[in-house]
Amino acid sequence: MSAPIDIDALGITTSSSRGQKVLHPNSDNYRDTVVACMAVGYTMCADLTAVDYLDREGRSVADGVEPRRFELVVNLLDMAGRRRLRLRVQLDDGQPIPSIVDLHPAAEAMEREAFDMFGITFDGHPDHTRILLPETWVGHPLRKDFSMGRIPVQFKDAPQGG
Amino acid sequence: MTATESAPVEVDVDTDEMIASRRRLLDDGKVLRLSEIDAEQVAGDIDDERMIINMGPQHPSTHGVLRIMFELQGETVVRSKPIIGYLHTGMEKTAEDLSYLQGCTNVTRMDYASNLFTELSFSLAVEKLLGLEIPERATWIRMLMTELNRMSSHLLFLATNGMDLGAVGMMLYGWKEREDVLRFFESVTGLRMNHNYIRPGGVAADLHDGWEDGVARLLAGLPKRLDEFDILMTGQPIWRDRTQGIGVISTEDAVALGATGPILRSTGYAWDLRRDMPYLAYPDVDFDVVVGTYGDTFDRFAIRLNEIRESMRIVEQCLERMPSGDYRTDDRKVTPPPRARIDESMEALIHHFKIFTEGYTVPEGEVYAAVESPRGELGCYIVSDGSPKPQRMHIRGPSFVNLQTLPHVLQGGLIADAVAVISSVDPIMGEVDR
Repeated sequence: MSAPIDIDALGITTSSSRGQKVLHPNSDNYRDTVVACMAVGYTMCADLTAVDYLDREGRSVADGVEPRRFELVVNLLDMAGRRRLRLRVQLDDGQPIPSIVDLHPAAEAMEREAFDMFGITFDGHPDHTRILLPETWVGHPLRKDFSMGRIPVQFKDAPQGG
Repeated sequence: MTATESAPVEVDVDTDEMIASRRRLLDDGKVLRLSEIDAEQVAGDIDDERMIINMGPQHPSTHGVLRIMFELQGETVVRSKPIIGYLHTGMEKTAEDLSYLQGCTNVTRMDYASNLFTELSFSLAVEKLLGLEIPERATWIRMLMTELNRMSSHLLFLATNGMDLGAVGMMLYGWKEREDVLRFFESVTGLRMNHNYIRPGGVAADLHDGWEDGVARLLAGLPKRLDEFDILMTGQPIWRDRTQGIGVISTEDAVALGATGPILRSTGYAWDLRRDMPYLAYPDVDFDVVVGTYGDTFDRFAIRLNEIRESMRIVEQCLERMPSGDYRTDDRKVTPPPRARIDESMEALIHHFKIFTEGYTVPEGEVYAAVESPRGELGCYIVSDGSPKPQRMHIRGPSFVNLQTLPHVLQGGLIADAVAVISSVDPIMGEVDR
C-alpha cells in the first residue's frame, strides 16, 4: 500500500452546504479521496445514497464541477474529531463507480441499496445484487423516470368505454 | 462523564493498517454471499454436511419480517446473511410526492417503535434548509418527548429480548410499562404511535394541562420496576449464561461495519450523538453515556436497561426546567395564522389554505441531519429543488446498517444463540426496509 494521500493534494473542489462541508471528487479520484479522508480521521461511512437529478442537469453544484444526472452522496464521520464530511460524486446514467466496500465494509448494504434503487453499478462490490426489491424486479424505483403506477379510479356513473 | 465534558480528540489513523484489517473483515468468509438460485443448488447437495437453512421471514424471534440465511454445520453457524426487503413500501419514493408538512406522516411510520426520532431528524433537516430557529419551549418539548420515546422503545426491547430467550414474564412486564408511556403519548399527541407530532417549525400541539402529573407518575413508578427487572434478568444465572460472551464484536469491527448506538457502545466506545454532536438542548442537561466492556449480548441488554434510567434523568430535568413560550415558531412561512385571524382576514384564510394544500417552499440545497435514536445514528438527507416537495428524502436507518454486523458476530456460535444475538441488535424492520 502506498502512503496516505493528502486531501489537499488531490485538488478537490470543496463547498459548504448550510454550514456542512462537502467535497466534490469525480469518479476517478473518488476512492483516493475516501482513503485520504480516512487518514485524517473520517473512519466511519455513516451513509451512502444517491440522488437522481433528471431535468435538473443545468443546476449549479460548485465551481468547476459539471453537474450530471446522478449524484452519489457519501456521508463520512470522524468520531474522534466529531465532524462530518460529505462527498458528492457526479455520475452519468450507466457510468460505473468503484466500490468502497473494502475501505468501508459498512457501505456494502448501502451500495446494494443505491444499485437497487438507482441502477448505479459499483465496480468490485462483492455482492452486487438487489437488496430491498426481489431479484426479478425490473427497473430502479427511485429514478425520477420510474412510473409511480396508479390504479385508475372507477366512478360509478362515469360513461363506460370513454 | 456528563454531556458537557466533550472535547474533540485528535487521532492519527494508520490508514494502511485500517484498510488491511477491513479487507480481512470482508474476506474472512463470514457473510454468505449467495443468490437464491445458488443457495438452492447448495441446499440440494446431500453429500455435503453443511446445510442452508432459512430463519424467517415469519419467525417469532426475527422481529417482524427479517430473514436470515444460515449455512450450518450441525448446530454451528458457519456463514449467514440477513435478507431484507419484505417490508419495503417505497417510503422514500412516497416522500418525493408529499409536501414538507406532510412529510412527517410518512417518516414517522418507518421506525414504528420510536416514531418521534424519525420525525425529529426530518424536521431538523428541513429547519436547517429553511434556516429556521425554533422557540426554546419547542426544543424542550421535543427533548422530553423523544426521551420518553427512548424509554418506551427500550422497554419494548427488554420485553422482546426476554421473550426471545424464554423469559416470558419479562415480556409481560416490559409491554405493560411501555403501555404506560404510550398512554402519556396518547394524551399529548392523540396517538399511541405514528404521532406526526414533531413537525418542521416546532411541535403540532402544546403540552396539555396537567402533563406534569402524567410525567411525574411515570417517573415515580418506573424506578421500582427497573429494579425488579434487575432482579428478574440482570442478576439471574440463566439469563447471564444465555447472553454473556455471546455475539461478541470489537470496537474496530463495529466502526468498520458502521454500527452505532448500543452495539457500538457495548464495545466500550462512548459514542452518543446527544453528547458528542449535540442537537436540541442536550448540552444543557446532565446525563451519562452508558457503555459496556465486552461487546456481547449481555452488554447490549444492560446498556439499554440503564439508558432507560439516564433518559429518566433527562425527562426529570425537562420537567423541572420546561420553559414557557411558544410551542412552534411564529414564522408565518411554515406556521398557519392563528385561528382567530382567519375569521377576520381573507388573506389569513388564503394563507392558511395555501400552507395546507400547496405547502411551503424550501430553498434549494441539500442537508444531512442526524439524531441519536434508541438504535443508533438516525440521519435524514434532504435535497430540495426549491419547490414545496423534496427532490429526494433519504433516511439513514440505524437498524439497516446495524444488521450488517450479524454475520460477523454469529459465526461459530450455535443456532440457539443466534436468536439472542438477533434480538440484541433490536432491528425494526419498518426502518430497515423503508
